[in-house]
Amino acid sequence: MSPRAAWRLESLGFREVYDYAAGKQDWITAGLPTEGELAEVPRAGDVADPDTPTCRLDERLADARERARAAGWDSCVVVTETRVVLGLLRSRDLEKEGDLSVEEAMRPGPSTFRPNVPVATLADLMREHGLPNVPVTTPDGALVGLLRREDAERAIAELHAHHEEGDHEHEG
Amino acid sequence: MRIIDRDELRRLVDEGAQLVEVLPQEEYDEEHLPGAIAIPLRRIDAEAGEKLDPSRPVIVYCWDPP
Repeated sequence: MSPRAAWRLESLGFREVYDYAAGKQDWITAGLPTEGELAEVPRAGDVADPDTPTCRLDERLADARERARAAGWDSCVVVTETRVVLGLLRSRDLEKEGDLSVEEAMRPGPSTFRPNVPVATLADLMREHGLPNVPVTTPDGALVGLLRREDAERAIAELHAHHEEGDHEHEG
Repeated sequence: MRIIDRDELRRLVDEGAQLVEVLPQEEYDEEHLPGAIAIPLRRIDAEAGEKLDPSRPVIVYCWDPP
C-alpha cells in the first residue's frame, strides 16, 4: 500500500518522497514509542528488566549462579556477545550439581516474545504455564530483558488504577 | 521514490520531513508513529494538497512490506 501512495504523491508533484517499507510493524516490534488509543497499554518492552543477569555458553554454571543470585534473580539468560538469546537457566537449572558449564545446564532455544506484546497477554501466559518470567527480545533476537510475572501484574494494576482515577475525575 | 529504514526515517523527521500513515483511519486512531498524520490511500488525491507541504520531504508508511 505505501509504495502506491509514494508513487501517487510523486505524480501529484511532491519531489522528495520516501517509503518506510518495513512499516508500522517494524517500528512497534522494535519497542519504539507510538501515539493513539493503544499507546498507553503497557508492553513487554516497557516492563522487561534491562538489568537481567546474563551469561555465556562457556562459563561455569557456578559462576552464572553466583552472579544471578547476587543480583537478586533466580534466572539467568544465556546470550552471545551481541545479546542474542541462546538459552535460559531457570531456578532448577541454576541449582544443578556438579562442575557443569552453562551450555550443559541450560534450556536451549527458549520461547521469546517481542517488545510490543501487551503485558497483559504475557501475564496470562505466565500464569497459565506457571512461569516466573519470560525473555523479551528484539526482532533480531537480542535480549531486551526478562519480564517478571509480578512486574507484569503490577503494570496492569497501575493501568487499572490510573483508569479508575480518570473515571472518578470525570464523575467529579 | 526511495525506500528507507527506521534510522533514516528518524533522521529525516528530525530534519523536518512530513510523516504520513496511509492505512485506514481506524488503524491510525489505534496506533501510529509519533507525529504522523493520517491520509488513507484512497484519500490521497483529495487531501495531499491541503495537508502536505510540497516543499518538504514526505515519508509514507503502512503496516508492513508488500
